[in-house]
Amino acid sequence: MSLLTSLARLRALHEGVAQPIATVRHCHLSRRPMVFIPLKLSGEAAAPLAAMLGTDRDRPRLLVVTQPRNRDQRFAWAAELAGVLLPYVESFLADTETVERRNADPYERALDAPQLVVPNLGAVAFTRLLGRSTRFRRTDGPYPVPEEVPLLGRWLTYLGERASYPGSSLMPAATEELGRHWATGQSGLEDANLAALLHWITDGPTDDAEDPLIWPPAGPATDPGFDAEVLAPAIDSGSPERVTEALRTQLEPTWRLMWRAIDLLAGLPEGASVAQRWEQDRASFSGMAAAIAEGGPPQPRRDGAVAAAARLARMERAQAAYDVQRAYDDPLVMAEFRLTGEAFAGEVVETDPGHTEGEGRSRKLRPLVVVKTDDPVRLPAGTALGTPQRRGQGAELVSAAGGLVTVKITKGMGRGRTPAPGAVPEVGERVCYTSLTDDFQGSPALPESESTPWTHGGPPQEYVPNDDDAQEEWS
Amino acid sequence: MSGLKRSTSGPGERLAALRGTTPQSPHDARAIAALAANPGCARRALLDGAGIDKDAAARHLGFPAPFGQSPFAITRGNAFESLVKADGCAELLRMLREVLGLPIAEVAYHDVENVGAHLRHAHTRALIDRAAAGAPGAGTLYDHPLLSLEIAGSTAYLEPDVVAFQLGGRFHIVEIKSFAVIDGQADPSAVAAAARQAAVYVLALRALLEELGHDPLKVSHDVVLVCPENFANRPVATLVDVRRQLAVLRRQLTRMTALDRLLDDLPEDLTFDLAPGEDGLPTRPPAELADALRRTDARYAPDCLSACDLCFFCRDEARQEGASDLLGRQVRDELGGVASVEEALGLADGTRHPAEGQEEIARLLRNAERLRKECLA
Repeated sequence: MSLLTSLARLRALHEGVAQPIATVRHCHLSRRPMVFIPLKLSGEAAAPLAAMLGTDRDRPRLLVVTQPRNRDQRFAWAAELAGVLLPYVESFLADTETVERRNADPYERALDAPQLVVPNLGAVAFTRLLGRSTRFRRTDGPYPVPEEVPLLGRWLTYLGERASYPGSSLMPAATEELGRHWATGQSGLEDANLAALLHWITDGPTDDAEDPLIWPPAGPATDPGFDAEVLAPAIDSGSPERVTEALRTQLEPTWRLMWRAIDLLAGLPEGASVAQRWEQDRASFSGMAAAIAEGGPPQPRRDGAVAAAARLARMERAQAAYDVQRAYDDPLVMAEFRLTGEAFAGEVVETDPGHTEGEGRSRKLRPLVVVKTDDPVRLPAGTALGTPQRRGQGAELVSAAGGLVTVKITKGMGRGRTPAPGAVPEVGERVCYTSLTDDFQGSPALPESESTPWTHGGPPQEYVPNDDDAQEEWS
Repeated sequence: MSGLKRSTSGPGERLAALRGTTPQSPHDARAIAALAANPGCARRALLDGAGIDKDAAARHLGFPAPFGQSPFAITRGNAFESLVKADGCAELLRMLREVLGLPIAEVAYHDVENVGAHLRHAHTRALIDRAAAGAPGAGTLYDHPLLSLEIAGSTAYLEPDVVAFQLGGRFHIVEIKSFAVIDGQADPSAVAAAARQAAVYVLALRALLEELGHDPLKVSHDVVLVCPENFANRPVATLVDVRRQLAVLRRQLTRMTALDRLLDDLPEDLTFDLAPGEDGLPTRPPAELADALRRTDARYAPDCLSACDLCFFCRDEARQEGASDLLGRQVRDELGGVASVEEALGLADGTRHPAEGQEEIARLLRNAERLRKECLA
């Protein structure tokens, strides 16, 4: 959190309503999102209790395990869930585009991808565990499960893992996305409560949000009072209807909140880089679909050393890119860097578009721009700069003193002897320059998995699903 | 008996006066771990020191604590614990052999809970003393030992739901928890909480050994955490190094203002007596109790919401004061010494002049305000 966000939180607390900390939306919103609210049985690692899900806000599907300790009912529930989720996921596989690649064969990329919207990070973690407890199952042998269950497990695992990938929108958590766009007058801990967070953004704060009788928790854990007074007696009564209706009361309020959260996010204009990140999501989704189609094994329990290092490097790069892209897309995010002196913005007061450096053949066009700014510039001369107004352009800081900064354009102004039209800002234009740039170091070269050095445990054993995995207890 | 005492009495009597007619509620390791997480909170230190039931107080004040445990979780926890401890801890011993790599040939199991409550601490002491001295037949496993720890100048008794394990005069604390370890990974916050609690027991057991004239380091800083593995009920044992938690705990306990100093600053007639009626329910007017509590300093932080029964009461107080504490430690740290929301916003929009030492944060806030205005215009 930055001082800018802290100030927004103070303002929110003072005014009694959340304050914007973004001017554009930084996540992709599907035209056909699926809202997924899972509930689990308290005290168990991953025992499903119920889920409310669907793509139509007026017609949620409610799936319930009416005897949560019954293993067969759990798998029947998983099969039901697969019956709703898998057709949704697979509906995005038909329409694809061919993508050419350098040094690799072209591949097919889905034109659109699924988006599973969950309430909070707890739901993401639970989804991963559900995936873990179902993906190794077998449809034959001693403890057979319905056919769709292992496939569901692989998709849930994939989506759950993708959710921790910075900038991915395949499985966004409502509290996280709302919290990225609005600052409330409460702590981050309290923002994890979807009802409380939404009330801050819409009608102003209310303590009702913390009353489980008015706003039941958004899961995956249920309210302990509800467990004791409603759910336990309902389960003991042996009446499936009673259990189902009890759980419906816990899920319906959250269902309404989820769609309100989606509407709120949809009300913001989309950031310029969102489509690019969604393209990566679509590529990743197509890759996963291809792995399944080729009959690959389920994801292993744990990554090998090389796979883990590669994953970490990918995620670090994605995080860095996500941070930079948000700043370029959104002046309010860029303001954080202006506050710390890593960016500055202001009005162009003077230009020298025809400025050159060097003589003869090495003579180069280097247009100069002087910007008047109120920002504290803490960048040394020679710093490489980029600008959100002209994304392909590169520049360099020449000097900064007394609120006047001279910038030299070094890249992206055309190859002629005079700059391309529009490449050099006009006097009076508002511009922003920053030392944040999108070019990162490539990832370190990692060995092939088969040549993992002994320091890292040597080559990992190839994962072969076995009977123990398939028959693992789920009590 | 009236809760009011006017004499300049010792801390023990003073605490008894704070408690009044309310029955004393014991400390547990969770409470100590939570107290150590917020050592600057005088209100909590006093309430815990006096042994006031904070949960009952919060309820009576109209701010019931947001905690509760699901009956499903309790059932599962109990089932798991009895599975581990079945047949004189047979399952536990199998795991201890594996995880500690020790040849444990024969075993004597002592359940200290079988001894009458008033004797438990003395009995625990005697058993541990004999074991530390290497006396033959001193036992291997001690279930429900009653330990004690000095907290802010008063003795707190701990009734751990744990087993102490001894072999060759070396002790390990064994903690049984029912959260799952899946593919070698568990919920980090659950593990952290278990480690903090175990550290309290290690510290208490070390204190006991020291008091008995033995080497306190005979208690290992590696505790044995026993949890269900994957999705089944089968237990798995893991060694957890709690040296860091021990260091934090020790530092926080010494930092905690000694209770007698806190007591000195209190008005003579102050009491937190809940005045329980015959049915055990508090009868003291809630407004009066609230007034009494407000005369002690609390240090509210959002972390309290997961640790302290009085959290909603203190949060309400912080709201009324417009304290920036409400927004969390990170915001508070960033504001560097500007405690109230009003003050910070005044500095930001320039309606308030920075006091000495506030120039830097005021400049930053004004700049931040200018940038926000510009971007949202």
